[in-house]
Amino acid sequence: MTGEETTEITLTVNGERIARRVRVREHLVDFLRGELQLTGSHLGCEHGICGACSVRVDGVVVRGCLMLAVQADGAEVTTIEGLTDTGEIADLQAAFVERNALQCGFCSPGMLVTAADLLKAAKPATREEIRNFLSGNFCRCTGYHAIVDAVETTLNKRLGR
Amino acid sequence: MKAPKFSYVRAESVDHALALLDQHGDEARILAGGQSLMPTLNMRLSRPQLLIDINRLDALKGIALQGDRVRIGALARHVEVLNSPVVAKNLPLIAEAMPHVAHVAVRNRGTFGGSVALADPAAEMPACALALGATFVVQSSKGRREIAADSYFKGLYETARAVNEILVEALIPVEKPGTVSVFLELARRHGDFAMAGLACHARIDKGVIAEARLVYFASEVRPTLATRAIAAIKGKPWNDATRDAALAALADDLDPMTNLHGSAAMKLHLQRVLTRRAIDQAVARARAA
Ligand SMILES: Cc1cc2nc3c(=O)[nH]c(=O)nc-3n(C[C@H](O)[C@H](O)[C@H](O)COP(=O)(O)OP(=O)(O)OC[C@H]3O[C@@H](n4cnc5c(N)ncnc54)[C@H](O)[C@@H]3O)c2cc1C
Ligand code: FES
Ligand code: FES
Repeated sequence: MTGEETTEITLTVNGERIARRVRVREHLVDFLRGELQLTGSHLGCEHGICGACSVRVDGVVVRGCLMLAVQADGAEVTTIEGLTDTGEIADLQAAFVERNALQCGFCSPGMLVTAADLLKAAKPATREEIRNFLSGNFCRCTGYHAIVDAVETTLNKRLGR
Repeated sequence: MKAPKFSYVRAESVDHALALLDQHGDEARILAGGQSLMPTLNMRLSRPQLLIDINRLDALKGIALQGDRVRIGALARHVEVLNSPVVAKNLPLIAEAMPHVAHVAVRNRGTFGGSVALADPAAEMPACALALGATFVVQSSKGRREIAADSYFKGLYETARAVNEILVEALIPVEKPGTVSVFLELARRHGDFAMAGLACHARIDKGVIAEARLVYFASEVRPTLATRAIAAIKGKPWNDATRDAALAALADDLDPMTNLHGSAAMKLHLQRVLTRRAIDQAVARARAA
């Protein structure tokens, strides 16, 4: 087994049908970044700790570094680029800017993709619950407070509170 | 880092996966949620030649009540267990523990069977399964066999499952009326692996502990049933004397591993704190029931 094993996959990325040949050992974010030039999904640790690689697969947030691209065959993948284009989280992004919920911005795509799941559920959440929901996403700059503020404000606005 | 080279096969059936395991033996790994396996590949801590992806095998999915046991398919994701009304109603211990397992994105992929197969000493589900007296069903190309949780966890990441076997499901007795359970753990941050933890299932009649199973995790190499502490509380009312006896006996049950989370002495202290809190709570829950 010297050569690289590859395989054909077909998937939907940000609403667009895509067919590609991928290396079987390539994880989903390397595929998105390298093959599709969707560089919004970041890679921090590549072992599941930091959450910078968060993407939405079949409706739920997952760690893009812990899923192989070949496993996304037939799946519907949405990245931060897709969430931005559809406007699904325009209000959350505005709140991030408003509240200064980012500094270097490295964690922001992962934070937004994760928080998008919480907002999608459209259920009231306490600050504690918001913190728990985001506990798998590291931020080395902000100290989290402003991020929780931004998510809380957006959630409350959406719930009309 | 990036994963080393490997071959990948998406299993079409359980038999297909088992045939591949027979053929490749130790060179092959089952890929379930990937939440523990993928990090080890990316860090090149393991170099299997073949990954057998079982994610599309419907036979391994689902959660259902079967008589007086709940069947949790190996591929049931943590999030499904967390949201399952069957689990909430029949296995309150597992429902109480599941929010402590990792973070949202990890729970969306990680599986119950993966946790039990891996048997991380700090994992919640192995401890709960042991506390509730679960049975694990494993299958090889020769057929199925059942392994009681009591004899399944052997050592550090070591279980009674053979390399040519797949974990198919867990069968967990429902928590009977008149019993109570409590799950407690201490972690530095929500969702992180525990530094100390306890799964407790007991029958308490009018303040007297008729029966109890206390399973400790995140201190020994495997989830550990504290037989001496249990003997110290069995048949006793929960008072200061019983408590002191139980906490003293715990030193004979546990010999915690020193690791990044703390020294052996600190872990034993934390497990004692949790023991006191857990039985206090169990007694309160029994009284309220
Ligand atoms: C950041 C982070 C935090 C975490 N925190 C926690 C935590 O607090 N508590 C906790 O318990 N876990 C935690 N985990 C681990 C997580 O719960 C994993 O999902 C779980 O340990 C393994 O399940 P999996 O389905 O992902 O298995 P995989 O990673 O796919 O497999 C793990 C191992 O089990 C084998 N295996 C899997 N399924 C089977 C099967 N059906 N039959 C035979 N062998 C099988 C694989 O070959 C592999 O060796 C964390 C993970 C991450 C990345
Ligand atoms: S890059 Fe995936 S969790 Fe850090
Ligand atoms: S803004 Fe820099 S890591 Fe979060």
